[in-house]
Amino acid sequence: MERSSALIGSIFLLISISCLINPISAAASGSGEGYSIAGRVKLDNFVTKGFGLGHSPKLSETKVILNGGQRTTFVRPDGYFSFHDVPAGTHLIEVSSIGYLFSPVRVDISARNPGKIQAALTENRRALNELVLEPMKDEQYYEIREPFSMLSLVKSPIGLMIGFMVLVMFVFPKMMDGVDPEEMRQAQEQMREHGIPSISNLVAGRS
Amino acid sequence: MEARFLLGFLLLLSLSSFAFAIYEDQVGLADWHKRYIGKVKHAVFHTQKTGRRRVVVSTEENAIASLDLRTGDILWRHVLGKNDAVDQIGLSLGKYVLTLSSQGSVLRAWNLPDGQMVWETDLQISNPSNSFLHVLGNVKSGRDSLSLVCNGGSIRAVSSIDGLVVWKKDLSIDGLKLKHVFQPPESDTIYAIGFIDSSLIALYHINAKTGELLKHATQASSVDLSSEISAISSDSLVALDTSRSNLLLIKFMAGTITNHKLPLSDIVQDFSGLAELIPTKSNDIFVVKTPSNVAFIKVKGDNEIELIGKADEAGIVSDSLTLSEEEQAFAVVHHSNNAISLQVRINGREALTEGIKIEDHRGHVKRVFLNNYVRTDKSHGFRALIVMEDESLLLMQQGEVVWSREDGLASISDAVVAELPVEKEGGVSVVEVEHTLLEWLKGHMLKLKGTLMLSTPDDMAAIQAMHLKSTERNKMTRDHNGFRKLIIVLTRSGKVYALHTGDGRIVWAHLLTPLLQSESCPSPSVLTLRNWRVPHRKALQENPSILLVGRCGAGPESHGFLFIVDSYSGKVLETQILDHSIAEVVPLPLADSSEQKLHLVIDDKLNAHLYPRGSDALEVFVREMANMYYYKVENAKEVIKGYAFKKGCSTGSSAYCFGTRELWSVVFPSDSERIVATARRKINEVVHTQAKIMTNQDVMYKYITKNILFVATVSPKAAGGIGSAAPDDAWLVAYLIDTVTGRILHRVTHQGAQGPVHAVVSENWVVYHYFNLRAHRYEMTVIEIYDQSRADNKDVMKLVLGKHNLTAPITSYSRPEIATKSQSYFFTHSVKAIAVTTTARGITSKQILIGTIGDQVLALDKRYLDPRRTANPSQEEKEEGIIPLTDTLPIIPQSYVTHTRQVGDLRGIMSFPANLESTTHVFSYGIDLFYTRIAPSRTYDSLTDEFSYVLLLITVVVLIVAILVTWAMSQKKDLQEKWR
Repeated sequence: MERSSALIGSIFLLISISCLINPISAAASGSGEGYSIAGRVKLDNFVTKGFGLGHSPKLSETKVILNGGQRTTFVRPDGYFSFHDVPAGTHLIEVSSIGYLFSPVRVDISARNPGKIQAALTENRRALNELVLEPMKDEQYYEIREPFSMLSLVKSPIGLMIGFMVLVMFVFPKMMDGVDPEEMRQAQEQMREHGIPSISNLVAGRS
Repeated sequence: MEARFLLGFLLLLSLSSFAFAIYEDQVGLADWHKRYIGKVKHAVFHTQKTGRRRVVVSTEENAIASLDLRTGDILWRHVLGKNDAVDQIGLSLGKYVLTLSSQGSVLRAWNLPDGQMVWETDLQISNPSNSFLHVLGNVKSGRDSLSLVCNGGSIRAVSSIDGLVVWKKDLSIDGLKLKHVFQPPESDTIYAIGFIDSSLIALYHINAKTGELLKHATQASSVDLSSEISAISSDSLVALDTSRSNLLLIKFMAGTITNHKLPLSDIVQDFSGLAELIPTKSNDIFVVKTPSNVAFIKVKGDNEIELIGKADEAGIVSDSLTLSEEEQAFAVVHHSNNAISLQVRINGREALTEGIKIEDHRGHVKRVFLNNYVRTDKSHGFRALIVMEDESLLLMQQGEVVWSREDGLASISDAVVAELPVEKEGGVSVVEVEHTLLEWLKGHMLKLKGTLMLSTPDDMAAIQAMHLKSTERNKMTRDHNGFRKLIIVLTRSGKVYALHTGDGRIVWAHLLTPLLQSESCPSPSVLTLRNWRVPHRKALQENPSILLVGRCGAGPESHGFLFIVDSYSGKVLETQILDHSIAEVVPLPLADSSEQKLHLVIDDKLNAHLYPRGSDALEVFVREMANMYYYKVENAKEVIKGYAFKKGCSTGSSAYCFGTRELWSVVFPSDSERIVATARRKINEVVHTQAKIMTNQDVMYKYITKNILFVATVSPKAAGGIGSAAPDDAWLVAYLIDTVTGRILHRVTHQGAQGPVHAVVSENWVVYHYFNLRAHRYEMTVIEIYDQSRADNKDVMKLVLGKHNLTAPITSYSRPEIATKSQSYFFTHSVKAIAVTTTARGITSKQILIGTIGDQVLALDKRYLDPRRTANPSQEEKEEGIIPLTDTLPIIPQSYVTHTRQVGDLRGIMSFPANLESTTHVFSYGIDLFYTRIAPSRTYDSLTDEFSYVLLLITVVVLIVAILVTWAMSQKKDLQEKWR
């Protein structure tokens, strides 16, 4: 209940500074039945890493969208935004900013209790005391190249191939040590006949 | 064993990453991104001596942009909301761009250098109507400058620094429409002139600092006033009457108003028709445009006027440009046979005439904006920004086109894909091979460095440049993999472009509508385009061609026309004005002997006209006519009707005209349901297999039919946008309807859900996106349909004995038992468009392409939308690749196919197959265009560009060396053994 009382907005004076001080505010505006929603988008705490090649996310490219495209507004340099003349009801605010994932925000404007606004993130149902929208996480659109490591080389098909070769070359002869010297001599004789030693011969000779 | 190992390995690979993802240095390898702004409607030049010269424009796509005046490149651009059309733009304080939008109710200021929005003011206008913005030049209240927004009878003065409304004056007089605001230099009084109900002229004196009304006067007008005025000096203006043939000269000296009527025919000889006033700024000169010429008129003394200049043959006239106190310049542009002539007139006298040749596919001049610059010898030079009929933008200076922008591409309405020509046989010289080999090796060394993370930023740039200028992908011929194709797009202006998939360049462009413009076809507009001929078997020597269908007028009953255009060259092969109207074009899965696809054009009287007109086409159609059906969704009446065709039509006796017979209709209760979305399968989609093997080795048979139609209806109360309905008043009903029989295969109601609904149908499933009001989140639901009548085919004995129905054709005539499986998930974003990947043979797994509210395209694996997902999948299910159930669909940033790019105002996504089964083309369009190729299950059928040939080469070399070394070692050992 404490929370909701903080959400009660002040009367909307022409263009009131109060809406900047009290981030969630709503009041009947001069004309018609509408209310105003004002809030702030905060990107400061997020440092983007490796966004690369001169594309850095800008506040100027950040859009705030009401009800899936009914209205679109942009944020000011200080992050504030506002919608005016919004009817009472339950609304959805989305923030589109390349490089960040924002949760949509559910905003309830009470019809019975004019000026009372409640806001909650829809993704995790967290209620907001003030309409300060922060990204849930930053989005990395590119796959990160794994730093070069021997392990990744060994894991690659070619690495596996080499590994197998090494195994055959160094481990199989060791296994042959245990073989009967008679047989070994036979195999070596065979090898001499062919000239070039080949792995297939070695393997064949063993069996 | 080895095969199993390989399979396991492949499985590992595919499991390791569900998503399509690219590395940063691969940007531009397969994709391209083009940014446009749309048809320009306002332009303001900013050409101060210091800094970059730029022009700020607003467009009909609701975009505002700052363009570099030297190159035409976009410095910054913002796309406003759909209902936020820009009314006027202006510059203030030399550093802000002001935009008045939403019928004068929103005023925004943008920082000129970087496009950051500085402030936004909602003007709270009660009845939005024609508003105008007037930036006061010299009022200094403090150091601020004021901007006045006039709307009907109210004036608001807005501070340019912070957007606060300094004062507001409602003159509260019914019918008052302010027309002009003026402030004499060095004065604190503003004069506002308006008309009351087109018969009274009113004048108000207002204090510029406080908004206090000082004085006002009204005077009856001698004529009925239209809304067009032209302010010609500090104390007079000219208005046009409603008959558009008389001028009214209004003077408002010292608080009194006098008006004087002047028939236009007295001033301009041979005047007839309707005149138009061109807005000017002071200097006692005004411009009247008549159907036959443009007249420059000067006001002399009391109520006397004089014609000071006349440009014959009416052209397009720019707004006035003030050069100095005494001089006003106008541009008059004429267009004739692929040449533009630009005439600059200073005070009515001809100052400059430049002619310029122009490609004839640009059509007529639509708008012109004039700007001047001072040459080194202090004389004036002029540049003109010209908007053409095809919505392209040209900058003309010194008789040359400095740059041109194809902004027509910002309004694509339809697109198809066509093949490129087959490569001609020809030898390749040895030198070329050596050269390319060297280049190839160099490139791969660079790539290796990239893979090993050793590359410097310079190398990175080199890799990117290499990707971009790769000649292989930009060739004008067909390739083996089917990566090079033509995307043929139709824009709102009726221009057709062929874009190359390699780099997005325009191969050919054609503005077709001027070819038709005639008495019988007054205002042609192209509606749609289709593939007309796709030669593959019989008619290989023929070029493929495209069919364009349009309407001659605005109404649905106006006559249609069609074009057939060669898709290699853009040449028009056939033009025809039809003797019937066009409601819909139905492509049939049939072709005539010369591989021309059969199309039925349905007219507004529900007759079907067969094209192409030829005896064999007729024969093919008549043979299949009994199996042809047509359905029509009547959105307004909430009815879907199905028709069959019959011989003989109601309007004529042509052999190619067929009548229709109503077979069925589905009537939705209009008091509880409204049709909001329909979707059906792509005609050319290929399905690999009907059988789906379940985890327990069971077989399910997909119910695959091309005649399935998805329809979504919502309750009338929820038909508005989000925020307008309560959960209890909202429901959404999804139907699956067979379009041959009208049978409703499946029906499901979602309580508390509402639109907008976006749906995609493919194979035996449909996926749709809607808003759940109870959870207040978006949801996506998948429905899969299975054929139960084939379910008992599992018995091996039956198969052996031939007692199965597997070979029975799938037909809509039989009524098989069907079963559906369904599951719903939350989805974070609003959706603008939805599509599904299509591949050549339908083997590759599918991805759903979702255009999100952030104008990005997300590729979501179909495995996430699988009704068989459970919270705790068994071991077998896990092995099969079933993902544990979560309530929300994951958004993996790496699976955005658009990576860091945005497709401004995304409207459509199109996927078409490459020849390579693993790969599919994705083309998305809005104000921007974005194209890429994706492989939903990775490129399992070819080596990727990522494949490191150099590493392979090194391995081979190492192996050879190892063999040699071991051989030498063994020789040595042998020798030693012999010595022993």
